Amino acid sequence: MSSTGMVDERIKKTSRLRTAFIRPELGAIVGVVAVFLFFAIFAGDSGMFNPQGVLNWSTVSAQFVIIAVGACMLMIAGEFDLSVGSMIGFAGMSIAIMSVTMAWPVWLAILLTFAICMSIGALTGTIVVRTGLPSFIVSLAFLFILRGFTIFFPQVIERRTIIGGISERAEGDWLAPLFGGKVGEGFFRWLAEMDIIATYSRGARAGEPMVSGIPMLIVWALVLVIVAHIVLTRTRFGNWIFASGGDAQAARYVGVPVNRVKIQMFMFTAFCATVFATCQVIEFGSAGADRGLLKEFEAIIAVVIGGALLTGGFGSVIGAALGAIIFGVVQQGLFFAGVESSLFRVFLGVILLFAVILNTYIRRIITGER
Amino acid sequence: MSDTVHAPIVEMKDIEKHFGPVIALNGVSFDVRPGECHCLLGDNGAGKSTFIKTMSGVHKPTRGTILFEGKEMRFDSPRDAMIAGIATVYQDLAMIPLMSVTRNFWMGREPVRRVGPFRFMDFRKANDVTMEEMRKMGINLRSPDQAVGTLSGGERQTVAIARAVYFGAKVLILDEPTSALGVRQTANVLSTIDKVRKGGIAVVFITHNVRHALAVGDRFTVLNRGKTLGTAKRGQITPEELQDLMAGGQEMVALESSLGGTV
Ligand SMILES: Nc1ncnc2c1ncn2[C@@H]1O[C@H](COP(=O)(O)OP(=O)(O)OP(=O)(O)O)[C@@H](O)[C@H]1O
Ligand SMILES: [Mg+2]
Repeated sequence: MSSTGMVDERIKKTSRLRTAFIRPELGAIVGVVAVFLFFAIFAGDSGMFNPQGVLNWSTVSAQFVIIAVGACMLMIAGEFDLSVGSMIGFAGMSIAIMSVTMAWPVWLAILLTFAICMSIGALTGTIVVRTGLPSFIVSLAFLFILRGFTIFFPQVIERRTIIGGISERAEGDWLAPLFGGKVGEGFFRWLAEMDIIATYSRGARAGEPMVSGIPMLIVWALVLVIVAHIVLTRTRFGNWIFASGGDAQAARYVGVPVNRVKIQMFMFTAFCATVFATCQVIEFGSAGADRGLLKEFEAIIAVVIGGALLTGGFGSVIGAALGAIIFGVVQQGLFFAGVESSLFRVFLGVILLFAVILNTYIRRIITGER
Repeated sequence: MSDTVHAPIVEMKDIEKHFGPVIALNGVSFDVRPGECHCLLGDNGAGKSTFIKTMSGVHKPTRGTILFEGKEMRFDSPRDAMIAGIATVYQDLAMIPLMSVTRNFWMGREPVRRVGPFRFMDFRKANDVTMEEMRKMGINLRSPDQAVGTLSGGERQTVAIARAVYFGAKVLILDEPTSALGVRQTANVLSTIDKVRKGGIAVVFITHNVRHALAVGDRFTVLNRGKTLGTAKRGQITPEELQDLMAGGQEMVALESSLGGTV
């Protein structure tokens, strides 16, 4: 009766292939392949896949990736943050007011904004864990509070809701290039000299490569994905994140500091939102009170497409990043394909539905949910 | 026998616990010594789980004192109790179905491995120990990566027991650990309790099964409606007396006769 050998007679042999496919990201992987196939067929010759085209949708995707990583970690820890979009607007406005209106150095404005926004994240988290209210409600309150301030302050101080002139202020600043700069410019110049990539033929920048470097935005996105993925899957803290979202009570019983973990994830989400805002403000040279509208939903949708469970305890940062890439590619791809952009929503809705159905199926196989 | 040798490792004095208007514990005193198995018995709702939760740092007592190794102790969280060497199998197991067996086993106490300035979870060690401890309990896992949600109820309970046994350095608390187990696994758990106790660890064992209690218990404390009905040593009490105490007294006699003495 006791088969103490290593071979278990109650397990069917499963192929390597099947094992490799049964992973939380499967829905997102299928989605990415489908999206690229679709645009390779319908927009293959539109310039979407030349260097400028790739840079275009990569940059947009990277924006989605940055906020999706934060939302993903928080969702796995069992919470939501609906104030991400408002936080983006708020952070941008904070940098603009401090650096332009108050004429403080840009680096100081950036650092102070990070401190303020992460404190707000900590406050949201503390209210959630102390009161036991759903984070959905608490962060919804912050959605209104932050957006309100974002409109109120520039109105009162400058009598307008868009503040420009940040580019001039950021010149020569040591910190601003970390968000608005580019990397690999030498490499792209070399590529242009070798005639591998296109150059401008007219105007002030004639002879310069059309793609002059990789924006820091993309670097931030890559670094955040890699770091978050490693922390989540390979460290003790990562195990605590899964545990806090999987069953907070059970996690507490075995000594996981659940409240601290959740608060730190709210702060990380705020950090990601502020990175997004800072990159945007430095790049555009201005801050507007309506920036970041609806971003929280886009982040959450990307995370869910990526295989995370809405109620927490299960998910993947890589999946969330792929979900964000689907977003970016579809949004820009429809533009390249010359399709009415309202179809963006239709397309997204369809992908969301299919990815989530596939994800639910996969998750049941992995976790034995009944 | 050994109680003259060892002083109690945990001593709970006049513990009261109120949940709002509910008085779950109304002055319970209890102690457990290294190398003994102290059984905590009583009817449903008597307050057994609440009592051991104050011992393991989940609840703070409303009134009363806890002495650990002779010194007064305040456990602010289960983590403090764990660090002191107290491990618990909770009645509802504290297992997370979505996570793998290994991640559950080590939850809160993950082994780490240094790589330069970074500290990563040591999955190789974690997986090996998990598989080995489960094998000792008589369960062959398919894979340590398997989610706890895919295990049977008894297998889940065994993971929780194996985890507590592995981490219970000084005190091991088991709240109805055999309620879902098969015959072989139950025997395994009882013999594990015996082995652990002989190794000098203090065991607190909650059960509704008189035979299991008598098989491993050195002392028996019966709780009834938040109070102790008293503590008896092994040999001082017959199984029938114990059963009557556990059921809260007289009604049981009547019930038993109507069931033809099968209970
Ligand atoms: N968190 C709580 N809030 C309010 N009342 C509680 C709480 N926990 C326990 N109680 C009450 O305290 C009493 C004792 O509960 P407890 O779980 O300790 O019983 P038990 O002896 O473990 O019972 P069982 O054998 O069924 O496990 C019950 O009446 C229960 O309703
Ligand atoms: Mg109980």
